[in-house]
Amino acid sequence: MAMIKVEKLNKVFGDLHVLKNINLEVKEGEKLVIIGPSGSGKSTLIRCINHLEEPTSGEITIKDIKVTKKNKTEMARKYSSMVFQQFNLYPNMTVLENLTLAPIKLQKLPKEEAKKMAMEYLKRVGLSEKANQYPQNLSGGQQQRVAIARALCTKQPIILFDEPTSALDPEMVQEVLDVMIELSKENITMICVTHEMGFARQVADRVIFMDDGQIIEEGVPEHFFTNPENDRTKLFLSKILR
Amino acid sequence: MVKGLFNISRWEEAFANMDTFGEGMLMTIKVAILGLLVSLLLGIIFGVISTTKVKILQIISRIYVEFFQNTPLVVQVFFYYNGLPQILQGILGTSRPVRLSKLLLGVIGVGFYHGAYIAEVIRTGIEAVPKGQTEAAYSQGFTKIQTMRYIILPQTLKLILPPLANQALNLVKNTSVLALVAGGDLMYHSDNIVSNSGFLQGYIISCVLYFIICYPLAALVRRLEIRSKKTPTPKKMKPMEVA
Repeated sequence: MAMIKVEKLNKVFGDLHVLKNINLEVKEGEKLVIIGPSGSGKSTLIRCINHLEEPTSGEITIKDIKVTKKNKTEMARKYSSMVFQQFNLYPNMTVLENLTLAPIKLQKLPKEEAKKMAMEYLKRVGLSEKANQYPQNLSGGQQQRVAIARALCTKQPIILFDEPTSALDPEMVQEVLDVMIELSKENITMICVTHEMGFARQVADRVIFMDDGQIIEEGVPEHFFTNPENDRTKLFLSKILR
Repeated sequence: MVKGLFNISRWEEAFANMDTFGEGMLMTIKVAILGLLVSLLLGIIFGVISTTKVKILQIISRIYVEFFQNTPLVVQVFFYYNGLPQILQGILGTSRPVRLSKLLLGVIGVGFYHGAYIAEVIRTGIEAVPKGQTEAAYSQGFTKIQTMRYIILPQTLKLILPPLANQALNLVKNTSVLALVAGGDLMYHSDNIVSNSGFLQGYIISCVLYFIICYPLAALVRRLEIRSKKTPTPKKMKPMEVA
């Protein structure tokens, strides 16, 4: 069953045509990796899915419900959460408060229950001892793991990753990828914009290559390592697979 | 002149008017507190609407801020004193100009004037919170209003408390312009006492009284500034939370 359906999606910023007639279907539980040069529209695509950007034209359907301006908050709350390049943790709250805010305020979970759940997720990302720290006292890798735990706390079936390791120091990339690999064993639909091809090879069911606002090529990860067809794909891969 | 300042009998005479000073100080405090409430209310409304994407609201807020920031408070207060009664007469259709009470005049004067400054403080405070915070909140499913309430404004508050306290301090001092239009405030009464007695003790006493109100506010500004620069320290763990 299609979890997400994107039809004829266009996004224009001023004179810039960022997404050109994108069609895409993502199955429930699928792990999709989006690669492509910067400015190719990959981030904009997942931001449209979460309705952080309003599509200029076209339709996005999640579980057979069309996302509109009117129901976007409800749809975001119910179906998708996002992990950002810059983590975007709330700096005035402790790690634990970051995790419990939405469950308490939105899902109306009792405080103790929310805390218990948050602690479980923190344990999963290996950070239970940091519960009462503030984000700015953690390393980048730790902050991103907290951000993933925060996304898990709202229990949406889709998690969108917007270049989650791009802002990290190299030695911290793996700890975040490990958490994501661990996560991929679950029935969560994951769409991940990343350049980490090792990660793609390990977890992705499908990889799509975007350039200039279009989906140029798609296939299983192995396809991109062995015989990419399009010249632009080849050129891009030759730059990142060194 | 200076010798007169050390004249004990003059001091005695000045202190004999302490009731009048007290009356003025009470008026000043009343105007300051009510004026602060009005300015906070106006500041929050105009500050928040200037950060929305609705053009017309932005323009209204801009006009308010620019007008009140770029004209002297003294002129504004004179206008309220001399002009407003006639305007109100026109609007309400009464037979005589509608005189405002001294208290109301002062509250409107400092309230509207400092409201413009506070609106700017609040606008810059909101804009200083990175956009990623709003996006994180939206992606979690918070509505616009919830995002403001739970995520943006709490972060704004810490940033704006020092300049806000500074506005309160200036507001207290600016209540003294009321003296120019027979306001019954501390400065007004002090000035009366000085002109009646012919010596300066009255001004010194009024300075001390203003100082008593303002110094704690200034100290508060400094404390808030230090606090807003500190990064928070980890909270103490409760035993049950250490899973």
